[in-house]
This record gives sequence, structure tokens and C-alpha cells, in this order.
Amino acid sequence: MNGVVNWAVHFFMLDEGPLIWLSDFLIGCATIGIIVALTYFKLWKWLWDNWLTTVDHKKIGIMYLIAAVLMLFRGGTDGLLMRAQLSWPNLHFLTADHYDQIFTTHGTIMILFMAMPAIIGFFNVAVPLQIGCRDVAFPYLNAISFWLFFSAALLFNLSFVVGGSPDGGWTSYPPYVENFFDPGPGENYFLVALQITGIGTIATGVNFLITILRMRAPGMTMMRLPMFTWSVFITSIIIVFAFPVLTVALALLLIDRDFGSHFFTVTGGGMPMQYINLFWIWGHPEVYIVILPAFGILSEVVSTFSHKRLFGYSAMVVSMIAIAILSFVVWVHHFFTMGAGPGVNSFFGVSTMAIAIPTGVKVFNWLFTMHKGRVEFTSAMLWAVGFIPNFLIGGLTGVMLAVPPADYQYHNSYFLIAHFHYTLIGGTVFGVFAGIYYWWPKMFGVLLDEKLGRWHFWTFMIGFNICFFPQFFLGFMGMQRRMYTYPAGYGWGIINLISTVGAVLMGVGFLIFVWNVLWSARFGQRDTTGDPWDGRSLEWATTSPAPEYNFAIIPTIKGRDAWWLMKKTGESINGPKGVPFRPIHMPNNSGRPIIMSLFFFIAGGGFIFQWWVLAIIGLLGVLVTMAQRSFEYHDHHYIPVEEIERTEAAAGRL
Amino acid sequence: METKEHKFHQETGFPWKHVIGLLLSLVLTAIAFWLALATHQPPAVVITIIVVLGFGQLLVQLYMFMHFTESDDRAWQVPTIYFALFIAFTVVGGSIWIMSFRSIVS
Repeated sequence: MNGVVNWAVHFFMLDEGPLIWLSDFLIGCATIGIIVALTYFKLWKWLWDNWLTTVDHKKIGIMYLIAAVLMLFRGGTDGLLMRAQLSWPNLHFLTADHYDQIFTTHGTIMILFMAMPAIIGFFNVAVPLQIGCRDVAFPYLNAISFWLFFSAALLFNLSFVVGGSPDGGWTSYPPYVENFFDPGPGENYFLVALQITGIGTIATGVNFLITILRMRAPGMTMMRLPMFTWSVFITSIIIVFAFPVLTVALALLLIDRDFGSHFFTVTGGGMPMQYINLFWIWGHPEVYIVILPAFGILSEVVSTFSHKRLFGYSAMVVSMIAIAILSFVVWVHHFFTMGAGPGVNSFFGVSTMAIAIPTGVKVFNWLFTMHKGRVEFTSAMLWAVGFIPNFLIGGLTGVMLAVPPADYQYHNSYFLIAHFHYTLIGGTVFGVFAGIYYWWPKMFGVLLDEKLGRWHFWTFMIGFNICFFPQFFLGFMGMQRRMYTYPAGYGWGIINLISTVGAVLMGVGFLIFVWNVLWSARFGQRDTTGDPWDGRSLEWATTSPAPEYNFAIIPTIKGRDAWWLMKKTGESINGPKGVPFRPIHMPNNSGRPIIMSLFFFIAGGGFIFQWWVLAIIGLLGVLVTMAQRSFEYHDHHYIPVEEIERTEAAAGRL
Repeated sequence: METKEHKFHQETGFPWKHVIGLLLSLVLTAIAFWLALATHQPPAVVITIIVVLGFGQLLVQLYMFMHFTESDDRAWQVPTIYFALFIAFTVVGGSIWIMSFRSIVS
């Protein structure tokens, strides 16, 4: 009996102190609160029918974005805990172990469970509307992608209170993460959760690649695609080619840890550096996967709010293709210090610097788009304009890091930390916020408040610079990343304190954003026209939010900026008057994606704790749900003409 | 959309192609395992044979499952295949180049 209690106490980490108890308490409260609220307001059926089983790309996109904002909160809290610990020399607010776990979960969550769902959310929200189709190519697969991501995120977050979080950094380098040095389930959480979400991401890549190739409205040639859709197309190609490498690297490391093989253990003849090599073959394209869609969002926002067509459309496309190719030939710059020799390091140094050229082309194109335009500084535009200088700092310091001899000095110092936060926050996060303010009315039929939006932007942007700019100097002064505390006397204390103040300000900015969402849901200006920004691409031609079938009649496209052209010539989105509606073929909702993901979750738990029975049950469940799908013949329905007429009449388009 | 929809699902009869493809891929995998586990050839020989088997696996996937020859969309398929070859060459060739650092250092 005593043994069982001891095991449970250790398993649920009750011997780890107040931080875990507090988390347990908050998780318990939140779970009970959600269950009670859903039951009290009788919302379970609504939730199941409208959201959990949906295959509608617009709803899946919204769920991705909600998950991304929640994960931004989780990752941000991790960041604030780290900044609190580092704010002054010799602090012991966190133990070394906890600090390791927190920087690991911070990095992993921010990249895989915040940035990825945020950009994939926008894929879903915008792409089918922008190319004039009614859903993605494989709506059912799209739902599976989301629920795989969701169950992986749940699994990963569970590690905080069950069994212990991974603590090998978001890169999880062997040999440190091999069983011998790092026993326990922690690193398995990392490996399994990334594997599950990776499957979902590859499926998303395939899905959007096919959607953009095959589902475009008539007349929508590739060179008439809105720039965001182009960025999604290129990103999908990178996803399809890069993620399988991650799958292999994670699988090999998991086999090392679970079954005692020696792919990456030196004692058994393995090569730890081979994992690092494989990880970055995926890892570098990955940073382009999260930045290219942000470039796409920026192109849309800048052109819309400058009320001009995008400057240098073909140059934008060519530079994105160049970035996609180059992103696959630069990965060694993450481990120059391995010492692969002057030949290798010079090659990858030069190829890295070359990426600055197409990126520079894009920056100049945005500037020239604004040049002589009627620039309107809405919140979305503020984020877009803020993006340019902040991302530029990130990019230029990246070129500094690309010089191999100099990199030996900067490597793993706070200079690097500051650099990649400038690219990932100044780039991806700013782009995502621009997208949120821009597409919010399209998603919810409500505009976010402009005044609160400005407060959000300025607090977050200033806080971000106060937080990360000093870290360049910390790097020069010799402070290394991932150190949990440091002695007094190096002159680091005051700079770290300033950085922490900036982090708090970013947290305040986030809270203003949340307040803006809540305030606008209640009092925000309603978007009755469907086109609040005087937009240019097709998503602004429908109502806000768009009807289930997006377009009653698939529009015929006559040029770039399709909706802008239609407005100029006074055309209706439904074509000439009197064209009769026809029943619309739509996919059925399905509860199977969420159930299949539940089985993935169970199997994941089995692989994490090495409970093989559980793993087998989970995998069998996955197989059975897959097989069931093969025998499902009634997977679609038709929306009758009367219903389309009702919806279109309500939208004033009849 | 309604008329175009069934154009690409014109498979009739028993899917022999898929069954043969599945068997072939299983056999190729089994040979690779058998070579590594049950024979005592020098590693260089085993690796060479596995690479050849892997290439065979690739062809099986492309022709039996991915309908490589059946598409009417050559314009997209050809550059995609070239890009895939480029990535494969970069990943494999690049890794060999980079990871041979041990011989340089020692």
C-alpha cells in the first residue's frame, strides 16, 4: 500500500513543491469550471455538433488560433518564470531542474504548439476563401490534422504535472537526453508529442498543396493568387519535404530511449552529432515554415492598408521560391562549432548569407508598396509596419551569426537568444497579430477595438525591445544561454533586470489583447458589409463570417486582386443576375477524427511511460478508426437551393 | 465541381496493382532486415544492397501507389520530382559530407 502511495506521489509530482501544487489546483479548477459551465448551459451537444466534429475549414482555423493563443499564454508564462529567475544574480526562485524543464517547454511550445497552429490556423481561415473554393481538398484529413495537433499539445502540457517535463532543451540533443543521463518519462514526452503533431502537420502540408493546385476558382491562375496563398503554397512544399526528416530523427531517438538501441550513444558506436544534423535538416526549414506565411500576411495587410496593389508581385514569388530552396542548404549554421572543417563551414556560411538577398527583396517590396500609397494606420497595419524594422534587426544579426569564425564567439550566448527572438517575435508573432487584427472580422463578424489594439501594439512592441535588445549586450559580455543563475560581479544583473521589465510589459500587452477580444465580443463594431477594410482578395467578397459553403456560385476570376477588380467594374460575387443556384455538395461532419486522436493520445502515453499494453491498445484503436473510414459511404450531403437562397437573401446578395 | 468530381476515381475491378505493390514493399523491407540481422556480410556490402533495395522501394511507391504515370498534370509533376531529387541529394550527400568531420579532426 505504502509503495503505491509513494509511486503515485512521485508520478503526480506532489513531492516537487508549491509550483506543481498551484498548477494542479489551477488545472483542476479550470477543468471543473469548463465541465460545470458546459453542463449548466446545456452546451455539450452544441460543442460536439458545431466544433468537435466539424470539417469546416473556417471553424478548424478558429480552433487552431484559439489553441495558439492558449499556448502563447502557457509559453509566455514559462518565459516570465525564466525572466523572474534571471532578473538578479544568485536568485533561487526556481531550482536548476525546474529551470531546465521550463526553458525546454517554453521553446518547444512556442515553436511547435504556438507558432505552427497560429500559421496553420490562418491557412485554414484564409486560403479556401482567397482562391474561391468551398473547402480544402481533404476536409476530413484537415480535422484529423487539427485533433492530432490538439492531442499532442495536451500530452506535452500534461508533462508539467504528470511524471516531469522534458529538460533537454527544445532541440533535445543527445547524448544528454539518452536514458543514461536523463532517465524518466520527460524526454519521451517531447519525442512522442512532436511525433504526433508532426503527422498532423505533414497532412496539413499535403492538404494545402493539393488545395492550391487543384481547387482554384476558374480564371485563378497561379500568378493571380493572393500573396498569402502563394506563401502557403511554398510553405506546404517545405513542410512536406522537411517534416519527414524530423519524424526519422525523433523515431531513432525514441527507439534509443525506449528499446535500448545505440543510434546516438557513443558507447554503442552511435553518433550523437548525427541527431543534431538530422534535427537541423528539419529545424532550419522549420523556421521558414513559420516565417513565410507571416511574410504572406504582411503582403496582404500592407497592400490593403496602402490601398495599392502589391509592388513587385513576381519578384515576391521568385524570392519566396528562392528562400524555399535555400532554406534546405543552410542547416549547418546551427552547429558550426561542431568543427566540420573550413570547407563545410564556409559553404554553409555563404549559403546562409545568401538568404538575406531574397528576404531583402521582400522588405523593399513592402516599402515600395507603401510608397505613395494612401497608408492607413489601423492596428493590423501597425503590426505590419512594426514587423519591418524588428525583423530587420533579427535578420541582420543572423548574417553576423552566419560568419563561421564570429559564430564561434556568439554561439549559444545571449546574442543568439536575442537574434532568434527578434526573428520569431519580431517576425512570426508580429505577423500573426497583424493577421489576427486583419482577419478577425472575417472570422467572427466583429472588429477588434482600434484603441485597445494600439495600446496592445505599443506595449507589446516596446516591451519586446526592452526585453530582447539588452540581451545582445549580455551575449557580448559572455552570458551563456540556459544558465539558471549567475554570480554577481559580471555586470549582468542590471541588464537582466531591464530585460525582465520588458518581459513583464509584453505580458501586459498580451493581457490588453485578451481584454480587447472580450470587450469587442460584447461592444465591438459589427461588420455588416463583409468588407470592412476595403479589401482586395476574395475573402472580403463574402459575408462575415462566411456562409458554410463560402460562395453560392464559384466566381470567375479576371485578374490579380480579384475582389478589387469586381468592385471597380461593379460586378457581384454571384456573377450576372439571374444565374440559378444549384445544390452545393459538402462533406459531412465526423466524430472520428477526435476519437482517432484520442487513440493516438493513449498510444502516446504508452510510449512515454513504456506501458506497452496501453501503446498497443492505442495503436489498434488508430487502425480500427482508419479502417472504419474506408467503409464509410455516406460522407457528403447537398445543401438545398432553398437554403442557399435564404442565406444569400439575408446577406443582401439576391 | 459536381461534374468534375468523379473523374479521378475510375478504378474498377480488383485492385491487383495495390496488392502487388504492398507485397513487393513488404518483401523488400524483409530482405533488408534479414540482411542486417541474419547474414554476416561486411557492413559496406549490406549498406550497398540496402540502398539498392531502398531505390526499388521508391519505384514501387511511385508506380504502384502514387499513380506516377497516370496524371494529366505533367507540368507540376516534373519540377516536383526534380525538387524531391534535389532535397534527397542535399540531405543524403550533405549529411555524408558534414558527418565525415571525424576523419578530418582525427
